[in-house]
Amino acid sequence: MRIQPIRSRGGIDAWLVEDHAVPVLALRFAFEGGSAQDPVGKEGVANFLTQMLAEGAGELTATAFQERVKDIALRIGFRAGRDAFFGNIEVLTESRAEGAALLRLALMGPRFDAEAVERTRQRLKVGIARAIREPARVAAAEWDTVAFAGHAYARPAAGTLASVDCIMADDLEFFRRRIFAKQTLKVTAVGDITPDELGQLLDEVFGGLPEGAQLAPLGDVGLLPAGQRSIIEMDVPQSVAVFGMNAIARKDPDYMASVVLNFIAGGGSFSSRLMEEVRVKRGLTYGVSTTIAPLRCASVLKGRVTTRNHLVGTSLEVIGAEFSKMADGDIGNDEVAKAKRCLIGSYPLSFDASGKIATHLLSLGLDGFGPDYIDNRNAMVAAVTLDDVKRVAARMLRPESLIVTIVGKPTLSTITDTAARIETSAA
Amino acid sequence: MLAPAPQTPAPERRGTQFKLANGMDVVVIPDHRAPVVTHMVWYRVGAADGPANRSGLAHFLEHLMFKSTDKIVDGAFPKIVMELGGQLNAFTGQDVTVYHERIAKELLGAMMEMEADRMINLRLTEDEVATERQVIIEERSSRYDNSPNARLSEQMNAALYLAHPYRLPVIGWAHDIAKLSRAEALDFYKRYYAPNNAILVVSGDVTPDEVRRLAVETYGKIAPNPSLDTRTRVQEPPHEVVRRMSLSDKRVAHATFNRAYLTPSYATAVPGVAEALHILMTIVGDGSTGRLFRRLVHEGKLAASAGGGFSGGGYDSGTVFVQVVALPHCTLASVEAGVDAVLDEVRRDGVSELELNRAKRLLRAAYTFESDEQEKLAERYGRALSVGRTIADIEAWPSAIAQVTAADVMAAANTHLDARRSVTGLLLPETAVGRVGQNAKVQSP
Repeated sequence: MRIQPIRSRGGIDAWLVEDHAVPVLALRFAFEGGSAQDPVGKEGVANFLTQMLAEGAGELTATAFQERVKDIALRIGFRAGRDAFFGNIEVLTESRAEGAALLRLALMGPRFDAEAVERTRQRLKVGIARAIREPARVAAAEWDTVAFAGHAYARPAAGTLASVDCIMADDLEFFRRRIFAKQTLKVTAVGDITPDELGQLLDEVFGGLPEGAQLAPLGDVGLLPAGQRSIIEMDVPQSVAVFGMNAIARKDPDYMASVVLNFIAGGGSFSSRLMEEVRVKRGLTYGVSTTIAPLRCASVLKGRVTTRNHLVGTSLEVIGAEFSKMADGDIGNDEVAKAKRCLIGSYPLSFDASGKIATHLLSLGLDGFGPDYIDNRNAMVAAVTLDDVKRVAARMLRPESLIVTIVGKPTLSTITDTAARIETSAA
Repeated sequence: MLAPAPQTPAPERRGTQFKLANGMDVVVIPDHRAPVVTHMVWYRVGAADGPANRSGLAHFLEHLMFKSTDKIVDGAFPKIVMELGGQLNAFTGQDVTVYHERIAKELLGAMMEMEADRMINLRLTEDEVATERQVIIEERSSRYDNSPNARLSEQMNAALYLAHPYRLPVIGWAHDIAKLSRAEALDFYKRYYAPNNAILVVSGDVTPDEVRRLAVETYGKIAPNPSLDTRTRVQEPPHEVVRRMSLSDKRVAHATFNRAYLTPSYATAVPGVAEALHILMTIVGDGSTGRLFRRLVHEGKLAASAGGGFSGGGYDSGTVFVQVVALPHCTLASVEAGVDAVLDEVRRDGVSELELNRAKRLLRAAYTFESDEQEKLAERYGRALSVGRTIADIEAWPSAIAQVTAADVMAAANTHLDARRSVTGLLLPETAVGRVGQNAKVQSP
């Protein structure tokens, strides 16, 4: 696989993996600045905008736009992350010119017709009403509220029923003008296109954007409020617990060691300690896992466990005990070696489909890396030592740092006991 | 711009099929873009083949297949695969049980050796079985107890079939799961897990010759089970009565209308009929350009979303389904009237050439997009072959779609959207109970 850095005549940069095996082009792009840029009181603007770009643009009403999209079987979508606004298309080679024209229209000239705005508002509110009844979604949102208190990340990315009601066409247009800009744009392309053809496409789609974005400055989150626990009661037989803590920043020299540690702890599916202890040995859950989310303003390790109400206490106790052991240095050389083999051996699996390659390259670009990262990545994993992993575990997995959010009807006495025990064990 | 009528494409030749001496089918789909392979074993046995009083048995066995064999101890199977850099999982459907891995191409042989090993050498202790039963009880709880939508759809499914085992949930009813035993799992395993009841599908950076050599050395050494029969399940009696049901739950935010029709599938239909149903439901139910969306969301302002589709992959039958989420001020009666108006219109007046051509382009493009991902390619072939279709059927699908006429679509609507073969399910908010905002929140430092 060869990654070609491309610069169009108009000065738009992109990374291209040229491959003519299937007559499809996968294009991925992102503008810096996602839902964390939503104005206060207008939470959900970025997310709202993702839904409005294909609801009519230029001379085309929503219906006309969507019929043209279907006529050429274009796959087009937008998504707001905390830190970036993402877009993607998949287009057949035979329809590429019209696909590019529709994408340009969506980005440059969305209409925000009143009918489409109201219809979309209703649909978004239906989604929010559903989400606030789903234990897993409520637990995740509550965790952000507690952990990121005082920072833009604490606010609900999709907005609330009230904030979505306050979002008007002007707010959507203002957000679009602030965020969509050349300097903060990253583009990757994989598939049936030559460098020259891609250059032309980039100029057509993105050439009309302003140079610079107007991003609101966001400070680092800093230390999370360690030890916070909150329970939201919901009448369901199974509780969802979200737990997490500060992790290592993406550009920290110890980041790769933290990836290895996370794999051992809860990232490695059936190879992980939490899966072994909570599911395989005790049958307490169908799923328990952790991930590292290296956000721009805060890197966090977040985990989730779903279990029947009377088993929540035991499950959290087992999880706390495993974190405690790892923080105290109970990690074997063989565990580290195995985790490294898993991470190294599976890296090529990120590159077996055009969309996956383009998505992976885009995330590297957004994190500020060059295309050479892919060649060096496995060597960086291989260089992680047992001492590195132990050092990071001692720094990161301190059980007293855990922030826990539970949604359901957990057996409360056990929870209190568990909280107490976790705190004691760290003392 | 009007979309030009799609032309009939020549079938794309990609898959190579052969049979091992012991009866195991093998399909190879080369794709040399990344040094990776997808390896899948499809057993022609699923939930619908289990005993009627033990729903969930096939799925239970699927979980237990990750325990020990003579060579692999103590649930190490997934760990070994992951240590080799692979990713793995498994799933159970009504008609199939599937084990799949993605791994570097050099390790395909090792992978086949492990998968062949657990085809005949599974070992289970009572403890492992008891713990895994608890895991499945948690899994069932995650999927159903916390989701009124899933509970309604499980109940609708149970009512859609009057006799056929598709009426039972793949994961099993809770009371059946509680009784699943080690002995039953092992009996099921010995009866159905055999090379002559399995299809090996490999896609990715390999050639058919390499796969043949490796397959002969691994799966080829396993003796077939001569007592395996073609599966025959209880068949449906005539459906004479329209069925309706409703579920009220305080965790439902918006009333939702659901309907399912029992239809033929690709495996059972007269040639062309499943394709016509597929096109029909693309026109009626696909996204924001579908007729349901236009009528109920755009024009009627009755719904937040409206759509539907055709599931045509089953061994014994298929389904057509419709789902509409009502806006707060709208009744499900008005939504249902709108859905029926859309369906009546297509039964009475058929579809336009413009709609027909758009649907054909969408379906054929979906086939091309799917060809761009080796995992989906492998799944395409495995799914079809495991219900008795052939590689020729799969690869001729784009041209079969191109041949469907507007008259075929109208005929399919009239024959197969038959109210007597349908179940309507209403999901309703429980009005007497407070909103989620009133949930107690307990905060402790």
